[in-house]
Amino acid sequence: MKDFIRISGVSKHFGNFVAVDNVDLDIGKGELFSILGASGCGKTTLLRMLAGFEIPTSGTIEIDGVDITHQPPYDRPVNMMFQSYAIFPHMSVEKNVAYGLQKERVANKEIHRRVAEVLELVQLDQFGKRKPDQLSGGQRQRVALARALIKRPKVLLLDEPLAALDKKLRVRTQFELMNIQDELGITFVVVTHDQEEAMTLSSRIVVMDSGKFRQIGTPKEIYEFPANRFVAEFIGTINTFDGTVSQANEELIRVNSKEAGTTLTALGKQPVEVGQKVDVAIRPEKIFVSKEKPENTEDTEDTCIEGVVDDLGYLGNRSLYRIRLKSGKIVQVSSQNRRRSVTRFLEWEDKVWISWRPGSTAILLD
Amino acid sequence: MRAATAKRNDELWRRVAIAAPYLWLLVFFLAPFAIIFKISLADPVIAQPPFTPAFDDQGNFSATADNFAFLLTDKLYAVTYYRSVLMAAAATLLCLALGFPMAYGIARSNSSTRSLLLLLIVLPFWISFLLRVYAWMGLLNNYGVINNFFMWLGVIDQPMQLMYTDFAVFVGLAYSYLPFMILPLYASLERLDIDLVEAAQDLGASRTRSFWDITWPLARPGVIAGCLLVFIPAMGEYVIPYLLGGSESLLIGRVLFDEFFVNRDWPLASAVAIVLLLLLVVPIVLLQRYHARDQGSVA
Repeated sequence: MKDFIRISGVSKHFGNFVAVDNVDLDIGKGELFSILGASGCGKTTLLRMLAGFEIPTSGTIEIDGVDITHQPPYDRPVNMMFQSYAIFPHMSVEKNVAYGLQKERVANKEIHRRVAEVLELVQLDQFGKRKPDQLSGGQRQRVALARALIKRPKVLLLDEPLAALDKKLRVRTQFELMNIQDELGITFVVVTHDQEEAMTLSSRIVVMDSGKFRQIGTPKEIYEFPANRFVAEFIGTINTFDGTVSQANEELIRVNSKEAGTTLTALGKQPVEVGQKVDVAIRPEKIFVSKEKPENTEDTEDTCIEGVVDDLGYLGNRSLYRIRLKSGKIVQVSSQNRRRSVTRFLEWEDKVWISWRPGSTAILLD
Repeated sequence: MRAATAKRNDELWRRVAIAAPYLWLLVFFLAPFAIIFKISLADPVIAQPPFTPAFDDQGNFSATADNFAFLLTDKLYAVTYYRSVLMAAAATLLCLALGFPMAYGIARSNSSTRSLLLLLIVLPFWISFLLRVYAWMGLLNNYGVINNFFMWLGVIDQPMQLMYTDFAVFVGLAYSYLPFMILPLYASLERLDIDLVEAAQDLGASRTRSFWDITWPLARPGVIAGCLLVFIPAMGEYVIPYLLGGSESLLIGRVLFDEFFVNRDWPLASAVAIVLLLLLVVPIVLLQRYHARDQGSVA
């Protein structure tokens, strides 16, 4: 079911401020969908509209074919895990988790069974009697998750689910979340500002900025084929060269770039015309750096530019280089440290060549 | 060496800091209480001071429970205590009913309006308490603002008797002590995370349900503090019943005053004061214990 959640033409205004600006989005059943953006981009407002804490100024939201736009939060088949976890401080873990079922007037026996079940799922079966202030951050996060899962919602909303955890725990919890989602088949909608989190968790991502959607796609699509400059720069690091299209056909686009000091190539996927101003973008890890000029570049469509090492940094698993071109343009290069060595492969002000294959670049239109 | 001295100094200051409130309590509460308790066990005499000493000329200890016995035998006292408890409780409930929504509104308003509203709550304290009670006389009089207004409306053609009634005392008490209810309520509601209420609604609780499940229990420390801050002074209040209340509607503060200054029966007055104290302390201790157990299960 492709359009399990259907958001159509939804806007939210707070006074003069437009938090969400006429967005459309379909989310499939069982998807783990992320809304990614910087703070203030409207992602939390969108999530709160899904939960029912905000009513859209215009537009409709449907879940499983039912229009829920004006339903109060307590009537929606949706549960939310709050960024603050919002665990009731005056109730034990069990009572917190059981709360949703009690409001549904489920029989006590059934509540007991399901609380035990969901606590086991989040590996908190030993902690049912504890009070929230006797739990660690990671445990609190799992109580919040268990409490939101127990009603078996059609959609689980997660507001920055991992933001409050430390790095190591975050990675572990990330995989736990994915396993749970896989096991239960519930549709997850995650709001996050952390692109790495969005990339690893999600089946699809929407990148949001100023209340608008800038790109919707799989993590790979968004990283490798950013639709515009905003997405390209928001996700990871990217080098861009401005230039003018000099040749465009089915297979290849050529762009004359003063910044690069040469003609850049990209595989022809975008609808561009000769003479159009575009940006050619390339990720640092797609660039190969060498001391000698690579052979055979004349015959292939590979790009090869001369430069000097402006700065370098050793990060253990990889090294970062900032290469200064003749035009003064700085290009970032990231290369894997495959060989073990104590001496540096490159030094400051070394003359180097940077090169890449035409399939590595992306054309950005705006 | 210097570090050791510094440490000893720290230790000294720590002790001083801890001792200070106890010293305060000893000098200004326990010692006067002991004196009052001693007087309550004496007999009244026409002398200066107007009660018998604990030790007579021969050094014999003398104490009597007559005053307490008298409180039990004369029905007037029991009735007055009872009326005072009722009156204070009613005023406390009215303060809670008015104060809770006000405190909630203040706690949920944005920060600039919030400080203005808080200022408005404490603003009456800038005006003398007596003046404010006199102002109520102007409002409640037979030809005061309220009666004039209703007569002008034509709802009534005779002024209602508002002044010198229990109603006037009730209104005066609630008015005077309302800020003492609002401030502690505000303090606990302001700390309440709105996410908790939203989480409850997200899990299926209606607005009313989420209030009773989340807001109310988490505001309870504020409710208890506010109720104590209103109930305790309202119990012993003298000025408001004296100015607004009728001569026949006796409250314990009035009785206390009369025994001391009109009848000059210090021992009986002391006994009245001590019973009043017990009436107040026993429920407070019970509440505290209940609260501590509640907190204990939270911790």
